[in-house]
Amino acid sequence: MSKKMPETPLLDQLESGPWPSFVTGLKRLATAEDKPYADMMKSLLGQLEHSYETRKGYWKGGTVGVFGYGAGVIPRFSEVADRYGESAEFHTIRIMPAPGFFYDTKTLRQFCDIWEEHGSGLIALHGQSGDVMFQGCRTDQVQVAWDKINEMGFDMGGAGAGVRTSASCLGPARCEQSCFDTLRAHKVVIDSCTDDIHRPSLPYKMKFKFSGCANDCANATQRADIAVFGTWRDDMQVNQDEVKKKVTELGRKEFINQVIRMCPAQALALNDDDTLDVDNKSCVRCMHCINVCTKALKPGRDRGIALLAGGKRTLKIGDMMGTVIVPFMKMETDEDYEALVDFGRRLLDFFADNALEHERLGEMIERIGLVNFLEGMELDLDLNMITRPRTNPYVRTDEWDEEVRKWNDRKAGAAE
Amino acid sequence: MTELRRPNECGVPDAKQFMPPVLVKNYGKWAWHDRPRPGVLRHVAESGDTVYTVKAGFQRQADVFTIRRMCDIADKYCDGHIRFTIRSSVEFMTDDEAKVEPLIKALEDAGYPVGGTGNSVGFISHTQGWLHCDIPGTDASGVVKAMMDQLYDEFRNEDMPNRVKITTSCCQINCGGQGDIAINIQHTKPPVINHELVSGVCERPAVIARCPVAAIRPALVNGKPTLEVDEKKCVCCGACYPPCPPMQINDPVNSKIAVWVGGKHSSTRSKPMFHKLVAAGLPNNAPRWPEVAEVVKKILGAYKADARPWERMGEWIERIGWPRFFEMTDLPFTKYHVDNWRGGRTNLNASAQLHF
Repeated sequence: MSKKMPETPLLDQLESGPWPSFVTGLKRLATAEDKPYADMMKSLLGQLEHSYETRKGYWKGGTVGVFGYGAGVIPRFSEVADRYGESAEFHTIRIMPAPGFFYDTKTLRQFCDIWEEHGSGLIALHGQSGDVMFQGCRTDQVQVAWDKINEMGFDMGGAGAGVRTSASCLGPARCEQSCFDTLRAHKVVIDSCTDDIHRPSLPYKMKFKFSGCANDCANATQRADIAVFGTWRDDMQVNQDEVKKKVTELGRKEFINQVIRMCPAQALALNDDDTLDVDNKSCVRCMHCINVCTKALKPGRDRGIALLAGGKRTLKIGDMMGTVIVPFMKMETDEDYEALVDFGRRLLDFFADNALEHERLGEMIERIGLVNFLEGMELDLDLNMITRPRTNPYVRTDEWDEEVRKWNDRKAGAAE
Repeated sequence: MTELRRPNECGVPDAKQFMPPVLVKNYGKWAWHDRPRPGVLRHVAESGDTVYTVKAGFQRQADVFTIRRMCDIADKYCDGHIRFTIRSSVEFMTDDEAKVEPLIKALEDAGYPVGGTGNSVGFISHTQGWLHCDIPGTDASGVVKAMMDQLYDEFRNEDMPNRVKITTSCCQINCGGQGDIAINIQHTKPPVINHELVSGVCERPAVIARCPVAAIRPALVNGKPTLEVDEKKCVCCGACYPPCPPMQINDPVNSKIAVWVGGKHSSTRSKPMFHKLVAAGLPNNAPRWPEVAEVVKKILGAYKADARPWERMGEWIERIGWPRFFEMTDLPFTKYHVDNWRGGRTNLNASAQLHF
């Protein structure tokens, strides 16, 4: 006989209101009496209601995995299994989706079928790192569910002290503003790290994220140890006829308010004939004017990427933004993408050799100093790496002349 | 025992196999885009091809029935193609303009609000909470459902000065990330330690090393090795709890909710910003967190009424100044708002520029 639905007076209050309700979804699963997971989901609803009553969580970790991999399954065992036994084991399998989160319905339906047979019927699209999260699996079903998902051509995502599943904006697939192929970069970089995803042995987690421009739709700056951004070096593309149309559409005053005055570099002016005057040397490639004038303005043609390193949230030493470590790399040819993959491999090696246990990349750079990091990674110093030069005099400058020579050599090299 | 299958270490799937053909055809060759109405994007390629994207909201923690219903809609209107966004909205694409209105209707009839584009309040990015996390101070899906019910119209319209990204996080690790508004747990009491369990469960040196203020030290209680916390030094961050579950940080009464504002990832106009604390001490009041919703609505109301077009929350506040923000939102300003962590001096006003 099937289990009785638990009383859930608190969760029931989350079924009203216009936004789609996850509680209604959980109940659909719990009342699907012909499905193997119905009792598990009744039990889960009971435990969740208990959390709502007592305002505490009741899951603990443990060790669950699949053959050949050391990460990717998030074990969850209930601390109140005596009361909610059918969901005593409720593990998550993390799966890497295609870059840009593209699917066809055949794939999603197959996911659903597998998860109806072996899991809870609950799938999160997607987790904060970018995984498909197949939530709610008994220990004895993890391997068989994973085998079926893997046979579809999907691989397990990252967890623990390794490379994590990545995320990217949809880039050139549908956006005219993307300055490189975010989806390709995502795939080639992460595919070069599968060993560090599946058998984590780094000091701590390592996240790459890919955004096609400074709008950062992949939320990379603060969330990725390595944030890859699209940018350009030459002049922005301007279609003056479309500028004039935009001035007419917004009115001159609003065009000045919304475009000219909002430029952080004060690089824009409106000419007397309602065309745009751009000071490209002052432009910081921030994307604002391009966002407002999507028909009139575009990034330049000499496109590539910038790399920022060290973004992370609070633990342990405090919040950190990523900061520039490579201001520009061309990203067009196969060799360019190969160079990015090579950078990623060298970075992982340097991180593995130099970071302390449980130390993120940004914390490591903070501890050893950006200059030591650059020298270790053999990256060229660049003025785009700083907001301003140092303001305190506590520094030894013994090798000043040698450093001046290096700078002059590089300048001469660039001029050739 | 049957032989275990070796994994096929196939890595990241190729995205193009799942894309609508119009995207594959015009890959890297898009010319411009606009938004014909809230919830709909139109992208036009250099070839003249056009693709319409209808964006909708759903519950991220999706049951298979929900996913299949979305698949039915994608099969009917989008030749079986579907995509999700970084912040867990769902997108349906078609190159046939005539399908856009029926698609919108099909989505809304099925209960999925169409919106989240442009200058709207997007779907709230959230974490796992009581449903699945091992260390949560609150729920995630429930907070988001309660807030989105209140922000439903703001999702479906583009009435904000710029886009508003809201995040929630069930502990101070802040997996939800930075946001224009961030709703995060803030613990207010040091961990409660079960000394009987520590030595059996926790790797003590690793736990000591996690503490950002060096408040944890080894101790002996009832003859058993354990850990103790200098409660005067403790900042109640909860960093010791994940590696040592007997150091329970979650508390039904003393784990409070804090609201932060003005975080921004993009480098657009201003450089990226962290979100800043504006309200704390709000009760963890499941199942609908009304006190939190009230603060969020107050902040959104002030921003909507006062910010200039294209100003993000943080940019607006920097222009009008924090005194004016606290005045307009009627939030109390306390000593706890003043940053005293390392580097916190850069958050002080080192100038003679004053607001009156």
